[in-house]
Amino acid sequence: MSEFLQQLLNGLSLGAIYALIALGYTMVYGVLRFINFAHSDVFMVGAFIGYYVGKLVPEGTLWGGMIVLIASMVGCAILGMTIERLAYRPLRGAATLNVLITAIGVSLLLEYSGQVFFGAAPRTFPQIFPSANFSVGGLVISTNQLAVILVAVLLMIGLQFIVYRTKIGTAMRAVSLNPKAAQLVGVNNDVVISFTFGLGSALAAAGGILYALNYPSIDPLMGVMPGLKAFVAAVLGGIGNIPGAALGGLILGTVETFVNGSQWSTYKDAIAFAILIIILLFRPAGLLGKFTVEKV
Amino acid sequence: MPKPHLLLLAALLAALGISHFSDQIDPYYLDVMTGIGINVILAVSLNLVNGYTGQFSLGHAGFMSVGAYLAAAVSVFVGPKFLGEDSGSALQQGLVFLAALLVGGTAAALAGLLVGVPSLRLKGDYLALVTLGFGEIIRVIFQNVEFLGGALGLNGIPAYTTPFWVLAFVAITIFIVTCLVHSTYGRGFLATHDDEIASEAVGLDTTRYKIVAFVVSAFFAGIAGGLYGHFKLTITPTGFDFTKSIEIVVMVILGGMGNTIGVVLAAVLLTLLPELLRPIAEYRMVLYSFMLIVLMIMRPQGLFNFKYGKVKL
Repeated sequence: MSEFLQQLLNGLSLGAIYALIALGYTMVYGVLRFINFAHSDVFMVGAFIGYYVGKLVPEGTLWGGMIVLIASMVGCAILGMTIERLAYRPLRGAATLNVLITAIGVSLLLEYSGQVFFGAAPRTFPQIFPSANFSVGGLVISTNQLAVILVAVLLMIGLQFIVYRTKIGTAMRAVSLNPKAAQLVGVNNDVVISFTFGLGSALAAAGGILYALNYPSIDPLMGVMPGLKAFVAAVLGGIGNIPGAALGGLILGTVETFVNGSQWSTYKDAIAFAILIIILLFRPAGLLGKFTVEKV
Repeated sequence: MPKPHLLLLAALLAALGISHFSDQIDPYYLDVMTGIGINVILAVSLNLVNGYTGQFSLGHAGFMSVGAYLAAAVSVFVGPKFLGEDSGSALQQGLVFLAALLVGGTAAALAGLLVGVPSLRLKGDYLALVTLGFGEIIRVIFQNVEFLGGALGLNGIPAYTTPFWVLAFVAITIFIVTCLVHSTYGRGFLATHDDEIASEAVGLDTTRYKIVAFVVSAFFAGIAGGLYGHFKLTITPTGFDFTKSIEIVVMVILGGMGNTIGVVLAAVLLTLLPELLRPIAEYRMVLYSFMLIVLMIMRPQGLFNFKYGKVKL
């Protein structure tokens, strides 16, 4: 039983990270209807910004950790908005496939530039937050795991607030519902899309820092697998749906951790995609998504 | 196209002729050319699905790996029994290789059927994602099959791939895909691409067309995989991950989707590009990805698509 709870805790902390990345995918999909492949590399850049800023602040202090987290989120928000401005905006209105390939191009560009500038060898991520392990009734809980869950929950509450309680959030939902109609009632679509990219990228950066805290080895290709799985999580929950992305991330992280702890551990990378395929075949709109009938 | 059968025959004869002089060509150029040929097969076959039929598949490398592994298994495990101690004559080796390639292609086609039937009900991004997922699942399965070398890969594949086989299969792939699309039956692929709902309304079974396109395309991906395995002599599951699929998709898109000549040119260019950029070593992939973005923004209809407007994306 305690082993089950331990795995559940590990799974939830991994799932919280997937959820943070998935939110960025789902928001961009909501406003622009394309898979932003570069998102997983923004996640990687987030971890690297954390690595460099982490060297400047004293290790193991709460305020130092917060500075690292915020610096990385701001840095990635700027990166995300820059990518959108330079690569995606010229293609507004082009075929989805072209935008998709551009996204793949941006993703490759970030990965290969990362290998040139950061070096391809993995690095050890500093312990930026104070860390300790304590056991509760046979469970080993690390403060890093708690930090992951706490930060993720706070960010998701913040996101929920922005999307449902602020003017720009309302504009975001309007654009995702119908971009043309939103423009007609005076929403500046470009600003909203830019903001969405900034917000999503900041969440990915937070995900990157939290991931690096728990799996303290970072390299320029670290984003590929978590990125793919986070996208699966977004689809699982119903793409374009914010609570769905969070739910999908948690489910995926938990299932993957349990598979990893079982005798089928070598199949853990396949399990995410198996879940995805089953979901799409039986409930194509995802768990929380609404199924819409295509009209001619 | 005038007399495609004659063109195919001419291409096959040319393949035979060129392979006659292959030992006089610099081995490095021969390697690059083999790589180009394999990529042309992959891109032209994927073009049938992504270009002509308008379905977005991201799992081509998965089918390629099925072909590569099955073909390699035939020539590693079954071949020696047939050829005997002295590894047989050139003709016998050729027959074993042909059988291995056909087994690889057929297995990939079956995998295509298995993947296609459930997933082709989905559209657009979802289809892309499911095919990507299947590709990754195939990779993980191969990583876990100890019999085929597991994560370390399969070694000691005999070097059967010669310029003749590559050129011959390039010709056959282009021939079959072109003839299929230009046949009466093949108009259905284009109709599915142009407007699925309208095609269904006039009584075309679009799902069936999509599956046929998928299976044919997977078959040639399997052939290309077999050629690749007997060219590299060692195959690992990670060599067929989704980066490889994306590489092929990029060739199709740059070639101008649904434009076989353009796709062939794009496959040639994109295989040569990393080779040409080799002098600038570590920056070459940075430049490659940068050029990809710029090309997509400057020429969204594809680099080699000169008939813009006729083939609508």
